[in-house]
Order: sequence, then C-alpha cells, then structure tokens
Amino acid sequence: MTVQYSELIQPERVHGSLYTDQDIFAEELQRIWYRTWVCVGHVSEVARPGDYVRKKVASQDVIMTRSKDGEVSLLLNRCAHRGNLVCEDQRGNSSTFRCPYHGWTYRNTGEMLGYPYNQGYGGKGKLSLNLGRVPRVDTYQGFVFASFAADGPSLKEHLGAAAGELDRLARLSPEGEIELTAGWLQHRAKANWKLLVENETDGYHPQFVHGSVFSVTGSHIGTLYSDKSAAVTRDLGGGHSENDLRPEFRKMEPMNWFGTSEARVPDYVAKMRALHGEQAEEILIEGAPHVMVFPNLFVAEISVFMINPVAVDETVQNVTAVQLKGAPEMNRRLLSQCIGSVGPAGMLLADDSEMYERNQRGVAARVPEWLDIRRGAHRERIDENGFRIGAANDETGMRGFWSHYRSLMEGKAR
Amino acid sequence: MSGVAGHIGLDVREAERFLYREARLADEHDYDGWEALWTDDALYWVPAGGDDTDPERQMSVIYDNRHRIATRIKQLKTGKRYAQSPPSNLRRLISNVEIVTVEGTDTVVGANFLIVESRERGTTMWAGRATYRLRRAGDDIRLAYKKVVLVDSAQALFTLAFLI
Ligand code: FES
Ligand SMILES: [Fe+2]
Repeated sequence: MTVQYSELIQPERVHGSLYTDQDIFAEELQRIWYRTWVCVGHVSEVARPGDYVRKKVASQDVIMTRSKDGEVSLLLNRCAHRGNLVCEDQRGNSSTFRCPYHGWTYRNTGEMLGYPYNQGYGGKGKLSLNLGRVPRVDTYQGFVFASFAADGPSLKEHLGAAAGELDRLARLSPEGEIELTAGWLQHRAKANWKLLVENETDGYHPQFVHGSVFSVTGSHIGTLYSDKSAAVTRDLGGGHSENDLRPEFRKMEPMNWFGTSEARVPDYVAKMRALHGEQAEEILIEGAPHVMVFPNLFVAEISVFMINPVAVDETVQNVTAVQLKGAPEMNRRLLSQCIGSVGPAGMLLADDSEMYERNQRGVAARVPEWLDIRRGAHRERIDENGFRIGAANDETGMRGFWSHYRSLMEGKAR
Repeated sequence: MSGVAGHIGLDVREAERFLYREARLADEHDYDGWEALWTDDALYWVPAGGDDTDPERQMSVIYDNRHRIATRIKQLKTGKRYAQSPPSNLRRLISNVEIVTVEGTDTVVGANFLIVESRERGTTMWAGRATYRLRRAGDDIRLAYKKVVLVDSAQALFTLAFLI
C-alpha cells in the first residue's frame, strides 16, 4: 500500500488514520526517526571521559558515551557476535563494554577490543567486528542529536531558526550553558507521538486543560494564551514552531517570566547583570523559549522534553528540569517548579497526557474522519523576519508541523 | 526503648490502623480527610529512578512540602483536574508493616503496598514500599513524611494523578 500523504494532510485538516495506522507508523520510523535529526540527550549527562548513559531513538537502544578524547558517540546496544545487549546498566563510567554472553569486548567508541579463545577465529586480531554506531552525531548548545542517515542536511540546517531559540535558553545561564543533570522522568502515554507534538505548542488548550491549576495557584499563564494576549505562535520552518510569549513578558518586571521577582533570586540577577551589562534587562525580562524542535525536542521555558515513540498508540515523554550552569540559586527553584508541573503526577502535564490519551481513543471513531487545524488560518501574517505567525492560541505551529511532516513522508525533504 | 519513648512511639497495631485509614481515605478520594492527616512540616515524596536519589538535585515524580500538598488537593477539588476527573477507581492492599525505628517524637514505619487502579485507559498495578513518619498529636496520629518507592520507579510510568 502506498499512502497518499497529500490526500491525508491538507492545509486545514489532517486525516485520523495518521494517528492509528500501523503502516504509517512504520513508515515514519524510516522517513523521520531513522533519517532526520532526533534529539537524544545532552552532553552534560556524560560529563567525564568514560561516562555513558543509555538512550532511545524510537525503539533503538543506544548508548551515549564519552571517549577519553572527549568525543560523544552513540553506539547501538547490540553485540556484533550474536546480538546480545553489551550494556545493561542505565548509566555508569567505563572505557569498555563487555558482552556477558561470550565475553567479546569493545571500546566505548565502538571498536572491538577482543574475544575469548581466539583460536576459534584463527587467532588474535582476525575479527574486526565493531559495535554499530549512529552514523551522524552532532551537538548544538550541548543538546546531542542523532541521525541514522549517513548524509543529508547538517544539524545546523535541520535546526534552522530553532537554533536561535536554543541560544536564548543557553544565554539564561551566567556561564552561557545549560545542563541536564537532574535525571529524567519517563511519562508513558497511550497516544500517538504526533498528538504530543501538537499539544506542545497548542496555545488554545491551556486555559481549559490547565484551568484547575491556574485557578488554585493564581498563575497568570492562562492569560498569556487568551484572546487579549499579545503573544504569538510562530512557524519557524522545518516543522519547528514556538509560542513567543515575549510580547507579554516585555510588559512585566525582570524574572516575572519565571513567576518570580529579582528580589527572590538576587545572586542570579547580580551575576547576569555583571556578565551582560545593559543587555541583562532584556534577557531577564524575555526569559526562556517555548519551542518545539521537530520531531522530538520540546523546551517549555524551564523544562526539557524528549518525545520517544514506542508504538502507533504509545509514546514515552522524557522530561527534566533545565539547570543553568553557574546558577545554584536558580537551579533549586527550576527543579522544584519543574517537578511540580511535569511527569506522571505533574499538575500540568498529567492533564495534557489525559487529553492526548482521550484524543487517541476518540480518533478511533470512524466519523468524522478528519481533525481540524484551521484555527487562525485567516488571520495569519508574515512577520518582519519572514516567519508565519498567528495569535497566541492559533494552530499556526501545528500547520507548520504538518507541512514539514508531509514533505518528509513524501520524500520531498530530508 | 525507654518507657517514655514507648509512649511516644507507636506499636505496630496503632501504626497499622493509621495506615489502613490513610489508604482508605486515598482510595475513596476523601481529599479533605486525607489532607488533614498531615503535619505542618509534611513531606510527600515519590522518587524516580531508584530510592536513593537526592530530591533537591534530582527529578522526582512527587516532592511536595505541606504547601504543595495543599495545592495538589485544591487542584483535585476543582473537579477539573482531568487526570483525576473522573477519579480513578482504586483499591490498595497494605502489608508487611514494620516499625523501623523511633526518632524523637516520630515513629518510622515501613510497609509494602499494591494498588489496583482502574481508568478508561485500562487497569494499572502500582506496587512498592512506603516509609511513613507518624507522630502523636493528642489522641490523634499525624503523618509527617511519606516516601513511596515504586517497584517501577526506573521505568516509564503512566499518569499517576491519584493520591498514592
Ligand atoms: S553475543 Fe556477545 S559475545 Fe556472543
Ligand atoms: Fe498543556
């Protein structure tokens, strides 16, 4: 069966089968997850030579390692002999991996080191079977990306305008770097991965889905997405999109973007002013981005999410708190606020998760066949940088996602 | 254990009575009743990725002080906490109750649990070991600390929005 994506993905609606069809899911693995750039982690998770941590790229079990030269590699966790896992610990420090089945050993860069009873292979050094490696690994602002395609657009090309949003995140650190060192919550949902992606920059739902927590905490987040908001949703191209909340934050005081005031984080604010001079005000007022980097990295101001598809109707969303290098005072608050919001018991994300699980059950219904994504199409405009923008609660980001998805699935883009 | 500590400390029957009651209030979504069990210095903690993490530096599933417990309860009571609206059908078994130690005015109690949660998503089993700190308050007993270590704490978890 050849799926006609141009029929299933139209400018203002997408077909329900895109979330339920096994064949489409299988094709997505080939055309998106095993070809384009997928975010797998952050260099700070393997800070020292020999550090390793297990990761997933869709269903692929990979080991992120740091060699003694400092290079970060992604090795496939599969022995070159008979396929056993060479690494079963989730994290650790070792310059080698030893397969437990027949004792073959490998360097943490993937090269074979040796194998027992070598006469069976005609003597020492006769075999050169290495661990599989993800062909292309690159980093941006410390985020580690993987591409299973040996060639194709570079990471920089893939990120396009989204790179600037990761820069905005990093510049919040007094040392210009973020770290992801707080470990990950793994939140499992019975929903197609695209429902999660769509939800991430959907500014239409917060007031409804999160009304319960906004009402009891007095949070102003809901109004950022109201009809009166000056915030915008921006299609950054390449399937990336953002909710740009800066137009609202600019009306507020420094650190209000984080729901706090400078008096409560004096050391951090002082460090930022010392480092950035006058430009510090802009940074402290505008705060962190809210950006979805196609296909699986989502930064929601203080939290970093990596989406991992498991099956057509199952996804794991990994999430951790942004930690700013050189800002211990902020980091405790970032961690605490992140824990309160996200993950299986989070006051925000548990309700989002409930919505995409209900979506998944709903789209199984046969009629109507389509999901509507037209909100705000009539009032979209092009901003001064050439990006398509809509109101804070328009579906501009979703339409950008689908148009890129379609070109990948039709083989017109990589 | 001195006579005084013996009076401050709880015996295992008293501890069990308290744990069973706490379990029933949670299972039956008696939010006010459950919240009233906590002391002002309360800590409610569900670690992620093992049981020996540092909650001040590592992500946890839940790490609530008394103030955040109150927020969590208020959110549930809005009726629009969709992850618990409708609420899960729950029943839990508590067993292997042991008095671990008495520290000052707190009796530290350990117990295993198995919770069956039924929602439209399906039935989920949650199992693990909980550690409680119980404190006498007049004729009552209060809960100062509850740490819930899931056997699945290192795996991907479905939404856990009920009171565990
Ligand atoms: S499968 Fe790894 S050594 Fe045989
Ligand atoms: Fe949401």
